[in-house]
Amino acid sequence: MKLHRITALLYRHLCLYKRSFPRLLEIIYWPFVDLVIWGFITLYLQQFKEALPNFVLFFLGALILWDVLFRAQQGITISFLEEIWSRNLMNLFASPLTPGEFLAATMALSVGKVLTVSCVTVLAAFAFYSFNVFVIGLSLIPFVLNLIVAGWCVGVLTTGLIMRYGQEVEVLAWGLVFLFQPISCVFYPMSVLPGWLQAIAQMNPAAHVFEGMRAVITTGVFPTSELVWAVGLNAMYLAALVFWFHLMFAACKEKGLLVRVGE
Amino acid sequence: MSEPIVQVRNLTKRFGSFTAVDGVSFEIRKGEILGLLGPNGAGKTTTIQMLLGLITPTDGDITMFGLPFDRHREEILGRVNFSSTYVSMPQALTVEENLWVVARLYGLDRIASRIDDVVKRFEMEEFRAKVTRKLSSGQMTRLSLAKAFLTEPQVLFLDEPTASLDPDIADKTRSLIKEIRRTAGLTVLYTSHNMREMEEMSDRIIFLQRGRIVAEGTAEVIKARYGETDLEEVFLKLARDPSPGASRP
Repeated sequence: MKLHRITALLYRHLCLYKRSFPRLLEIIYWPFVDLVIWGFITLYLQQFKEALPNFVLFFLGALILWDVLFRAQQGITISFLEEIWSRNLMNLFASPLTPGEFLAATMALSVGKVLTVSCVTVLAAFAFYSFNVFVIGLSLIPFVLNLIVAGWCVGVLTTGLIMRYGQEVEVLAWGLVFLFQPISCVFYPMSVLPGWLQAIAQMNPAAHVFEGMRAVITTGVFPTSELVWAVGLNAMYLAALVFWFHLMFAACKEKGLLVRVGE
Repeated sequence: MSEPIVQVRNLTKRFGSFTAVDGVSFEIRKGEILGLLGPNGAGKTTTIQMLLGLITPTDGDITMFGLPFDRHREEILGRVNFSSTYVSMPQALTVEENLWVVARLYGLDRIASRIDDVVKRFEMEEFRAKVTRKLSSGQMTRLSLAKAFLTEPQVLFLDEPTASLDPDIADKTRSLIKEIRRTAGLTVLYTSHNMREMEEMSDRIIFLQRGRIVAEGTAEVIKARYGETDLEEVFLKLARDPSPGASRP
């Protein structure tokens, strides 16, 4: 893995964002709108805070953290789509760039996106609702890191599918991650799910992160077991998906799809 | 005679029941320009894409610089580049930014001076700061060529490189390729539908039809073999031959 090839791709995408207002808007606008809408809903529901203490923390915290996962996924998938839209895949993969380096670059880019989006949402939450997400404490750090990795997993899966099946499935870039939202238990505890769905949610690292976050808010105790589950599942999925992505890449070269995607 | 830089043995590509390239074998020696000729769908682009590692061959071997391609992809592609009229570059980046990305991808040193040099060579000074989407097709082709020459490759694959250039720039491009071939021993695989250009540029020509080599040799040898004085007539004769695999006289 060569660092100069990874930084080449980062430079390429930074140039793109530097000059594209709509792309910058995509990073800032939607998270901001999400936060404002959910923020006011939360303020309304706060009237019933005797029934459900820490309401603001639950909802706004969950919203900000869900955006971490979503933007981490988008960072990978949209970067790949940018290469399709500009018909640049041939230039990239006829160079010494490896698929692993490509993924590493998009992962690094997604961290940049997450940091930008998080700054926007954290500041907006503070400005509009006097909500400080950092009251959750240092436990936020391992949770956020795990959500980034969970976002990478969905991003690699989505990118592999788009590479294999072409732009017809481009909509997955925005839609697939929401398939995981109900079983990520972002806004409600896992216990509200039916038994069979709880079993599926148990296999979702994001669900353990959100369960863990709620545990910190309600009990103040760091839920080590949730973190261990999240780390273990993330490591397993990421390794399997990166391996699968390489298989898809090889299959696309075999079928001649790499030079045709985007046509 | 110089050593072969590119060796292709029995190269075959099948997509399901369709055979795009069918048992093609050839060599390109150091400093040689090999012309790849054939009608649309003959397998020229698929052959180049296999040589660039973008398509995996169904059968056959590719060796470059004495190294098998499948086991030395990164090393080989670092010494190879390509230009095609049909391949775009990121539209939202300026010409100069695109060249910076390429330079970094290939791990080049002295990037700024290399870019200055290639911009000057392809007379791109006036649009080096322009966003790529605003380039004319001729300027876009020059950018694609500049990208290919920027990395100072030892082997260059050129797929109709002068198709959208005006005669002046096309002539300068051909001269540049010949100059670099003479001074640095550049090895080139060249496709074009311009028969005069093909004759001017190529030391040897391979004619592909329906994925097979149906004629091979210098332009003079091929013309003599088919009893024609013009390469275009040979092209028409071979391209219109209905027999599978076409005919050798």
